[in-house]
Amino acid sequence: MRVSVTKRALMPLAAAAIVTALAGCGSQISDPASANSTASGGSSCVDTSGSSVKVGFINSLSGTMAISEKTVFDSLSLAAEEINAAGGVMGKQLQVVSEDGASEPTKFAERAGKLIQQDCTAAVFGGWTSSSRKAMLPVFEANDALLFYPVQYEGLEASKNIFYTGATTNQQIIPALDYLAEQGTKSIYLVGSDYVFPRTANKIIQAYAAAHGMKVLGEDYAPLGSTEFSTIVNKVRDSKADAVFNTLNGDSNVAFFRQYKSVGLSAESMPVVSVSIAEEEVPGVGLDNVKGQLTAWDYYQTLDTPANKKFVAAFKAKFGADRVTSDPMEAAYTSLYLWKAMVEKAGSFEVDKVQAAAGGVSFEAPEGTVTVDGENNHITKTPRIGKINSEGLIDTVWSSPKAVEPDPFLASYDWAKDLAK
Amino acid sequence: MSTFLQSRWSVLAGFAAGAVLLLVAAPAALSVFNLALLGKFICFAIVAVGIGLAWGRGGMLTLGQGVFFGLGAYIMAMHLKLADAALFGGSGVPDFMSLYGSGEVPGWWEPFRSPVVTLIAVVLVPGLVALVLGLAVFKRRVKGAYFAILSQALAAAFAVFLIGQQATTGGSNGLSGFRSFFGFDLKDPSNKLMLYSIAAVVLLLALAAARQLMRSRFGELLVAVRDQEERVRFLGYDPATIKTVTYVIAAVMAGIAGALFVPIVGIVSPADVGVIPSIAFLIGVAIGGRATLLGPVLGALSVAIAQTSLASTFPSFWVYFQGLLFVLVIGFMPGGLASLPRLISQLKQRRTGQRSTAPAPAATPDSATAPTTIPEGASR
Repeated sequence: MRVSVTKRALMPLAAAAIVTALAGCGSQISDPASANSTASGGSSCVDTSGSSVKVGFINSLSGTMAISEKTVFDSLSLAAEEINAAGGVMGKQLQVVSEDGASEPTKFAERAGKLIQQDCTAAVFGGWTSSSRKAMLPVFEANDALLFYPVQYEGLEASKNIFYTGATTNQQIIPALDYLAEQGTKSIYLVGSDYVFPRTANKIIQAYAAAHGMKVLGEDYAPLGSTEFSTIVNKVRDSKADAVFNTLNGDSNVAFFRQYKSVGLSAESMPVVSVSIAEEEVPGVGLDNVKGQLTAWDYYQTLDTPANKKFVAAFKAKFGADRVTSDPMEAAYTSLYLWKAMVEKAGSFEVDKVQAAAGGVSFEAPEGTVTVDGENNHITKTPRIGKINSEGLIDTVWSSPKAVEPDPFLASYDWAKDLAK
Repeated sequence: MSTFLQSRWSVLAGFAAGAVLLLVAAPAALSVFNLALLGKFICFAIVAVGIGLAWGRGGMLTLGQGVFFGLGAYIMAMHLKLADAALFGGSGVPDFMSLYGSGEVPGWWEPFRSPVVTLIAVVLVPGLVALVLGLAVFKRRVKGAYFAILSQALAAAFAVFLIGQQATTGGSNGLSGFRSFFGFDLKDPSNKLMLYSIAAVVLLLALAAARQLMRSRFGELLVAVRDQEERVRFLGYDPATIKTVTYVIAAVMAGIAGALFVPIVGIVSPADVGVIPSIAFLIGVAIGGRATLLGPVLGALSVAIAQTSLASTFPSFWVYFQGLLFVLVIGFMPGGLASLPRLISQLKQRRTGQRSTAPAPAATPDSATAPTTIPEGASR
């Protein structure tokens, strides 16, 4: 009895709730056809009337990626401080709004939305993992805002709302393969973490190897964060490959290199080329484990350019003499200066004007002069192969004779035709 | 009888107040961005209602609701991807598939082209999975920590499976970049409002359903099973059936919440469905008060709101705070914040030397949870 009375009491309520909702949306339904045409979300709220302008930094300050992304945040902060000290951008001081991506793609998407819609920032800088970039891309496109992404990645992307200041594959992976081929490497073994960057990188390496008479003796993946490598390391040793191409990320490198050493392999007997170990990561992986191994990047702290000396000195002065600078940090630092140059060339903070002015903008970066490619929003970079020295820094052992034009879809490589459609 | 009538009217008034607050006041007061954020929290609250039933009422510590949330979310995401591909792509193949996969839509995606199949599957798939799982587990009388471990392992396995299928599930990137929702432009603020309203109504309906269930004969059996499973069995009921039904209801709620989460948030990735989010669902429920009707909802909402506001200011601090709160609640206030009024009145009584004769059993849902507390919690 009690139950049925309550049921009767609640039924009209439920019905009322449904009716309310339906009435609510009935008036708000837009014509489905408009989905094709309009970008209604894009009305910008950026305020440039005062003496300052807001920019957003989005990095993982918590979670597994914090240890890497915090360094990018530091170097972005340095760039903002320098720019403000030198008079700002078009006379306006930069006001930084910082958000935590918390190492989760969903968080990155949500916080990026906040930086654009709520904080009304003129441009956003940051992101590290491919999944964080992929999560933010639709947010920036839907709101027609700008993201500057500072990390090397797997290519096959060119959004007009993202500027990619890290290397694409033809500025890091392909030069590394060229270097190995030049050194007489006939066979390689591929080891990577199981996510989009290693898988895509290895697809490219397979195609390269097939076209250049190089043998791929094995391709193994470990889950992100995995620390069990004895099977993989034994397979690598038994393969007797000339070199190993390592796309492992994060903690896995510690376990991999330790176990690599423990089965008697070394930089002399079988060199490992890593694309995710920079100066920052060397102490974490253990200098003893990686000394003498090779890396592929576009920037090293040891580079002898005036801009780099200034960058390294300023960074150490601000954050401590024991801190090091790395490729993603340099790319982030450069990205803020590139945006400044774009805005000044455009004479405006408006997104479409900045986009229009971007092509050809260049900056004397610590890694050398970089120029924005207006076609794909990537920048020219100089690939460099490095060797980890006894101090934990990386010495350049080979450098591309000139800056390499970005080619995210590998359109200029015949052997890569099937990779990017 | 008079108290019953009072409670009945206060329940109605509570629901009405909740509806006004969620459907009228919140949209008027909040910006488009914050409304979407609240919509996301409401999705978590819908999951929490289910957990409140399964864990608070049924004693099943479900550490794997992320699986059902994820099933609903991925089913909806697959449909949105396919619909977008048909609307904008021309080829009918979602963008990431041509980048990382074979460039062909796998067979098991095909059914989700249909909006009707998708809507049915959002309810049916999590429900069926929970049914099979529930029968397998509860018929064998697996309970307690074993059930908890099993459900958590399932969440871990589900996330690993999704990450491994780069070509068909988007791997660790997940599925994102939705532009339309059953033909509605997702960029349009009025459509965002519609999505939010749907989520709010679903939450109210879930609450109404949970309340009905709690007050029914079935609800009393459920509490009996939680407290004395063997006795219920001796009375001639099958506890396994009772538990399975509840588990299925909780799973369906999680699945629907997942399906709503996708268009509101715009992305779903394995990081949203694995072990950590599954536990995060639980923390809100525990803090709010798992055995009550509104405790789980208010707990989930306030934990989510606190996380968002605190995490922006103190990014690394939040995790510790959440852990501390969890420990404090479990250790000193097992009934959650919903038991706070009762604890306070007990303290008062103790001070005046009186002893409460009835220790306010959690079996009476509306005793400690006057629904009139909705406004207070939701306006925070």
